[in-house]
Amino acid sequence: MKRLALQLLFVLALPALLVAGWWLASADSTDVFWPPLRTILETFPDVWTGERLRDDVLPSIWRLSAGYALAAVVGVAVGTVIGSYRRVRAVCEPVLEFLRAIPPPVLIPVIMLFAGIGDTMKVTVIASGCVWPILLNTVEGVRAVDPVMLETARSYGISGPSRLRHLVLRSASPQIFAGLRQALSIGIILMVISEMFAASSGIGFTIVQFQRSFAVPDMWTGIIVLGLLGYLLSVVFHLVERRVLAWYHGLRASARRSP
Amino acid sequence: MRLQNAALGAAGLAVFLALGEAVPRLGLVKEEYFPPTSRIVRALADELSDGAFWTALGDTLTGWALGLAIAASAGIVVGVLVAVVPYLREATASTIEFLRPIPSVALIPLAVLLYGSELRSVLLLVVYASFWQVLIQTLYGVQDVDPVADETARSYGLGTWARIRHVLWPTALPYVFTGVRLAAAVALILAITGELVIGAPGLGARIAVAQNSQAVPEMYALIVVTGLLGLLINVGARTVERRALAWHQSVRGEVAV
Repeated sequence: MKRLALQLLFVLALPALLVAGWWLASADSTDVFWPPLRTILETFPDVWTGERLRDDVLPSIWRLSAGYALAAVVGVAVGTVIGSYRRVRAVCEPVLEFLRAIPPPVLIPVIMLFAGIGDTMKVTVIASGCVWPILLNTVEGVRAVDPVMLETARSYGISGPSRLRHLVLRSASPQIFAGLRQALSIGIILMVISEMFAASSGIGFTIVQFQRSFAVPDMWTGIIVLGLLGYLLSVVFHLVERRVLAWYHGLRASARRSP
Repeated sequence: MRLQNAALGAAGLAVFLALGEAVPRLGLVKEEYFPPTSRIVRALADELSDGAFWTALGDTLTGWALGLAIAASAGIVVGVLVAVVPYLREATASTIEFLRPIPSVALIPLAVLLYGSELRSVLLLVVYASFWQVLIQTLYGVQDVDPVADETARSYGLGTWARIRHVLWPTALPYVFTGVRLAAAVALILAITGELVIGAPGLGARIAVAQNSQAVPEMYALIVVTGLLGLLINVGARTVERRALAWHQSVRGEVAV
């Protein structure tokens, strides 16, 4: 019980201190750009409820999930193919390295040429940025599948989809998840930026709107919403990862216990 | 085997470039949207002979290098400090976990209000984004210190500073390098994004101008430049890493195989 209380103290102490510091430091701030935290928090419920939640937050999340899902499917599929064949890998590697090195946001102008400024553009932008870490990590993971296990599977006559599902993808999954995690933060960045470019809805659009009209407390609430969204998604991701990779973490833990 | 791989890679690149030439020429995609490779190359040559391009490149690299340097030193110092002082790690864990996933682009409006389209706006984004990469890796690295080695150093009477210098630092260094390498890539992305969205001088702003003036081949040429820059930074970081860690098992193992 005492341990739990101590742990809770550790978790909460610094955040509480920081928020309190912000509150006090900004309490009678007259600086336009740094409004008092109290004003920001009072503005928060007015800005982010009802209509705005429906018209801005939900579309943003929808675009992000669609782009991310598309990138995950394409990345894992193409990555598995490239990872499985040495020659294909050798052919594709330089091109992939180059495409990955392009900072994803510069593709927004290009994709705008093809897809206009609608939702298609935003989903494509998100997918085109997220796909690289997933793809390259899948390639690495598939490459590293234990050759002994591959041989065993072959001699037992396990082939085709079941080999893919039970052996290749499973043993590559820790790597794939590492890629998915990287892609998540890129996805949020691209979601926001694509909405800052040309949009009539979305969180990024709203925040830029506030900034341009000098509604500074409203803008701050937008920054907080993005922070909360980022945090929430990373928590959800962590939970999913723990479930899916439970076997892997268990294996690692037992390997550590018995060296 | 290596030679064969290089040849296959070159062939892949050639096919990629040839496709880029053929697809618009055959009319599969509109040429105004996707100019053939040869036109992009010509636009690239024009860019290279333009002084303004080099100024923009310099601006981007300044923002990148300055931001990365600040983020890396801050990340390393904070990381070591947090790891060395008892309880500090547990006390900061929740805050770090909360602040880290906040997308750095959320700070764009704030940066615009505070600094307008200056270098400092870009720096704010770059430093925020790359700081976490270095910090997290430093924390992992310090955690990896062998407790027996640390205890041995302690029992030989090494002070805190000597233990940081001789036990902790060599253990953490490979992790720190990984962090800096990741941060270097992130810093480039954020530097160019900042320029693109905020309009601070640099390659990103030049891409935005090319887009607004419908100069499509120039736009593609500049995008190619950003890709090459990213590639160069990646290769450079890996080389530095291999040199600096030549003594380390992970690198020695690589060479031996």
